[in-house]
Amino acid sequence: MEDTANEVPLVEMRGICKSFPGVRASDEVDLRLERGEVLALLGENGAGKSTLMNILSGLYRQDSGDVFIRGEKVDIRSPRDAADLGIGMVHQNFMLIDTMTVAENVVLGMPSLPFVPDMAVVKRSILELGERYNMTVDPDAYIWQLSVGEQQRVEILKQLYRNAEILVLDEPTAVLTPQESHELNDVVKRMQAEGKSAVFITHKMDEVMAFADRVMVLRKGRVVAEKTTRDTDPKDLARVMVGREVLFHIEKGPFEPGAVVLELKDVCADDERGLPALRELSLSLRAGEILGIAGVAGNGQRELSEVITGLRPVKSGGISINCVDSTNKTPLQIIRSGVSHIPSDRMAVGAVGDMSVANNLAMKDYRAAPISKGIMLLPRRILEFARKMISAFNIATPSPETRVKFLSGGNIQKTILAREIESCGSLLIAVYPSRGLDIGATESVRNELVAQRDAGKAVLLVSEDIDEILSVADTVAVMYDGRAVGVMPTAGADPEEIGLLMAGIDPSEKETRL
Amino acid sequence: MGLITSLIAITLRAGTSLVYATIGETYAERAGILNLGLEGIMLMGAVSSFATAYYTGSLGLAIVVALGVGGLMALIHAFLSITMKANQVVSGLSITLFGTGFASFLGQRLGPESNGRYLIGLTGPRFAPIDVGALGKVPILGAILGQDLFTYGIYLLIPLAWFYLYRTKNGLWLRAIGENPRTADAMGVAVDRAKYGYTVFGGMLTALGGAHLALAYTPGWSENITGGRGWIVIALVIFSMWNPGRAITGALIFGGINAVQFRLQASGTNVPAAFLNMLPYLATIVVLVAITWWEALSKRVGSPASLGQPYVREDK
Repeated sequence: MEDTANEVPLVEMRGICKSFPGVRASDEVDLRLERGEVLALLGENGAGKSTLMNILSGLYRQDSGDVFIRGEKVDIRSPRDAADLGIGMVHQNFMLIDTMTVAENVVLGMPSLPFVPDMAVVKRSILELGERYNMTVDPDAYIWQLSVGEQQRVEILKQLYRNAEILVLDEPTAVLTPQESHELNDVVKRMQAEGKSAVFITHKMDEVMAFADRVMVLRKGRVVAEKTTRDTDPKDLARVMVGREVLFHIEKGPFEPGAVVLELKDVCADDERGLPALRELSLSLRAGEILGIAGVAGNGQRELSEVITGLRPVKSGGISINCVDSTNKTPLQIIRSGVSHIPSDRMAVGAVGDMSVANNLAMKDYRAAPISKGIMLLPRRILEFARKMISAFNIATPSPETRVKFLSGGNIQKTILAREIESCGSLLIAVYPSRGLDIGATESVRNELVAQRDAGKAVLLVSEDIDEILSVADTVAVMYDGRAVGVMPTAGADPEEIGLLMAGIDPSEKETRL
Repeated sequence: MGLITSLIAITLRAGTSLVYATIGETYAERAGILNLGLEGIMLMGAVSSFATAYYTGSLGLAIVVALGVGGLMALIHAFLSITMKANQVVSGLSITLFGTGFASFLGQRLGPESNGRYLIGLTGPRFAPIDVGALGKVPILGAILGQDLFTYGIYLLIPLAWFYLYRTKNGLWLRAIGENPRTADAMGVAVDRAKYGYTVFGGMLTALGGAHLALAYTPGWSENITGGRGWIVIALVIFSMWNPGRAITGALIFGGINAVQFRLQASGTNVPAAFLNMLPYLATIVVLVAITWWEALSKRVGSPASLGQPYVREDK
């Protein structure tokens, strides 16, 4: 049996096509996965990686094309069919139920579970599995109590519990610290040693090199290259993925900081649940400087941007902008003092999806001439203003009157960026500005931030991507548990050290232990 | 019978129909379907079961008809909100509008010629309280045992509904669907089928609550026999925090205040009857406001997260 299995690929997808309204997400895609192999699917956002894997895991149905598992043609109509074939997917947005325990989540949807399950048995096997793969989780914990890294462990345990032979991981490291990524790599390697296979979706080149045996590059729903990782390098992959040479280095003028623009002194603030989110945080940012805030999501970064922009009350401590106290001022007062904000949730806070591009662009300027006169808005002036911005910032939109929600993520972000930069006085706050954007859009967002800094503005950049901070920012501050645990210049900063700080480990302590 | 014992007896009797509908709606809402058609379904359950009992003399058949009518009406709601992805509030309200009007229409047309085709004012077979002999004289226990079969039904239904939801595989699936249908779907739970099933089940139990009114609590048919109980149930589901084990408390509060105000009215108090009649509804509102306030303080208890939202698998 083993011999024939070696000849027939474990998974074969042939001529897969799938369209969504207006988009060809998969276009005649062929894919092969051998037993015991880790295959990386590399591509920009919207390249069709997730769509392809959602078809394999039964969440989407292909318009045409065939899927073969162990050489047999199969019809995967639902996630349950996929699970029966040994396919398990760890989704980018975790498929976990917050209000349930780890054990309940692990067994959710398993047809073989008895009508009245014995949860004690389930918990014991979860602990055993956790020990075997070196990723223990408390089976009685509720999902909402777990960190993002732990939640991902639950996702993987869920698939291991079901004896998944083919594990699909959709951008698994996007939310992890570098250390957690290493641990994930160990788990995948252990599974591989047991003869299981994995498909790994990513848009990060170095992960392809670290995790995968073979890589398939997708662009606009088509396969553009297939290589073994031994025969390629990150630069080559990036070129194939984007279809042109990529600038990994950003042109920056010399670092010449001016006067202090933003100063935070011992700021404390609570989150929605009334728990402390910022603990005596102090930072300062000068004109002509980009301060990068690194850290795993949920360590107070969002709250930091909100206290500065007046969206969240400060409990104690003080914030001053251009030497004027701005603690607990209203958002309008803070906007008037020259602060612009690119929020992390671009659809909920940054833009109004059902309004036109033009109206979204004008949203901060509608109070004054030339866009309004008295209480009347002047639609023709708004359109004129919008056309100017659309061409200046290269926003790809069918017309200024198109509703924003129909644009791609990158172009929504460019719309917000255009509006905020246009209205920016002295301080620009950008929270995860390139999250979910493809390389092309990321590049233009980053260049725009640097251009603002070169023009003498102060930029606060919150990012979970260490590489982004190191290439764009002048200074980096690491946030952990509501505090700034390390502030250093990016020139000569060690990514590994930043990673340890992000995980709450003091690097100097680690060295003394070694 | 002592005062306490008789109050308990009336409370249980008044709360029975609420318990059926509350548990039914709890299950539907746990599956993410908000059914505002309860009032209409209850009225239809009442009129159809009474008419059946009156003409056939069979209480069993009356129950079957009520279950069928309730299930069918909920099926319409299920079809509109699950398959057609319609707005559940609109769909539910139209079920109530239709049910209220149609039940009233049937009440004026289904009756015998001798009664001017009216069902109002007729007496038919009914579920009488069970005579438990000497046990009926025991304080409190007598009140619990001296009830009709419907009330006996809730003694069984409440623990069973709780056990199913929290201790069985299917209950786990059900809780998952209401919280996060996408996750449930990705884990292999047949989401739409379950939503249909629990919505129809909820409608059947609600109609049973209506049948209890017409066949046992206030035997016979009268216009608006439910007195807005269908709406009270919507509130009781929230009050019980979507836990069938707690459905009894809400029903007991509403039923209990009802019992007390009946007593007061009977004792010839000076408080106007209209005010006393209002009390159970007022209390329900007060309790609801308090609950909502408490819920805002502790974020983790609350309605099933996907309640009222249609689920589309391939929504990007």
